[in-house]
Amino acid sequence: MSSATSSTSAGRMVRGRSGRVGHVVKIVVLSLLAVLFLLPFYVIFRNAFTSEETFVSPDWRWIPDNLHFSVITDLFSDSDLDLATAMMHSAVQSIGQTVLTVAVSFMAGYGLARFPNKATGVILKLTVLTLMVPAAVTFVPSFIMTSEFGWIDSYRGLIIPVMFSAFATYLFRQSLLGFPKELEEAAELDGANPWTVMWRVVLPNSMGIVAAVSTITFIGAWNAFLWPLLVARDNTMTIQLTLSRFMTSQGIDYAQLFAGALIAIAPVVIVFLFLQRYLVQGMATSGLD
Amino acid sequence: MFVYVPIVWSAYLSFFDARATIRPTQFVGLANYKYLLTDSLFLNSMLTFIVFAVFIVPLTYVCSLALALALDNVGRLRAFFRSVFFIPTACSYVVAAMIWRLSFFNGARFGLMNSVLSSLGFEPVDWLGGSNSWYWVALVSLRLWLQVGYYMILLIAGLNQIPTDTYEAAAIDGASGWRRLRYITLPQLRATSAAVLMLLLIGAFQAFDEFYNMLSTAGAYPPYARPPLVHLYLISLGGSQQDLGLGGAGTMILTAIIVVFGLAQNWWVTRPDRRQQ
Repeated sequence: MSSATSSTSAGRMVRGRSGRVGHVVKIVVLSLLAVLFLLPFYVIFRNAFTSEETFVSPDWRWIPDNLHFSVITDLFSDSDLDLATAMMHSAVQSIGQTVLTVAVSFMAGYGLARFPNKATGVILKLTVLTLMVPAAVTFVPSFIMTSEFGWIDSYRGLIIPVMFSAFATYLFRQSLLGFPKELEEAAELDGANPWTVMWRVVLPNSMGIVAAVSTITFIGAWNAFLWPLLVARDNTMTIQLTLSRFMTSQGIDYAQLFAGALIAIAPVVIVFLFLQRYLVQGMATSGLD
Repeated sequence: MFVYVPIVWSAYLSFFDARATIRPTQFVGLANYKYLLTDSLFLNSMLTFIVFAVFIVPLTYVCSLALALALDNVGRLRAFFRSVFFIPTACSYVVAAMIWRLSFFNGARFGLMNSVLSSLGFEPVDWLGGSNSWYWVALVSLRLWLQVGYYMILLIAGLNQIPTDTYEAAAIDGASGWRRLRYITLPQLRATSAAVLMLLLIGAFQAFDEFYNMLSTAGAYPPYARPPLVHLYLISLGGSQQDLGLGGAGTMILTAIIVVFGLAQNWWVTRPDRRQQ
């Protein structure tokens, strides 16, 4: 890309020799930053497979000295930690929340994009307004309402109060505004009702934004902490809560804790690596302004 | 429903004395508000938020803008670098706090930062113990690492909306890189920047996870570094006080502050239009 004809996006200039040197310096600096950004991930790995003696020794060692697969298998057989159950709880909660959030926000976003009138205008304003007041701030009354319903320590309590996402609705609306109306009209001519049009025509042709919103919701749900901390007890204890509880207790088994962290971030990192393309596109097309 | 009902309920509850119960017991009028607004602990939590925001908002904005601009013409490695800087977004605050607390900023000699310091001949630092203010370094660097990639992506999206011919015109006029940034990129990014700064500010206002996980020990949270949500959690649900009336009043105050942020941002974004009229 050192030629003068590079043309991906903005800011293209003819580069002279000094420009080429600058380019190399930039690559070096970015590479160093990249190492720094990946360092915490390596440290999880290093700590998980490092013996206790090495971990607490004042000489920091980069290479793990306890590289055995048993570290992971022991983790799952430890009934005190109960990692497998926590992972299961987190999976149900995150997948449930993702499916519901996507379904609800898709319908809301489609309605707001396709049927503009005074009422939807007001709803859009209200949606933007709730974007401003995040769910975390209202955790006290949300908790009160959830416990009134008797939903403490249930998936309903974990998912339903946090599944309405103004951000997701907004992203869907912005994206669906650009959906070709001809496609919908063609389906209507064939006798499809608006409901069928939405599910059978619009949804299958909007998988990019659906993937983007799903990724962002799944990551948020899997990593959620404050709301599960309030609502989840033994029957719905999520992986983040389990890790947090062990981290803040006394007498920590460092290797075990970090092996748990390794397991905990694996699903999100995998989802992220596969779907981040959609995330980047989704945010790029809908924009923020 | 799950957004408005809680707000209305907390508004209602905030006028009552509701200790360890979710049903209002005794009408106390504005006493809960008065208590909070004169309570030094609550005011301290606001101060904690301000300190945190003063560090994290500009720092994240500048870093993510720098990364977005750097990646704009980096060539073939663009996608690789973008993924690397974006991937911390997938990490939870709990896991990040674990790494920061037990490895990077462990107060013992075996912490990574202390190992580096001692190899340079310095004494180890008690990073999170509260005997000094170094815990801010840990808190700010954690959030910076975790969120900078996300805002970088938002800013890249904003940069891509700037028409290329503006730059071509500037290049013909011989504008330097710095001048192009100052007179084309930044003004064109105005709306995106305002949105990003707003999201950063609201994010900092909601900070809970990393504070809680980095600083609390078996059942206790230290008296320092309590941002608003942590304080609200401790007085209403997490601590022994269990005062939900106070929690409701706190919710109303925090909600009001967020709305003020939003109005301020709205004013800032629409300001140039008004000037033209």
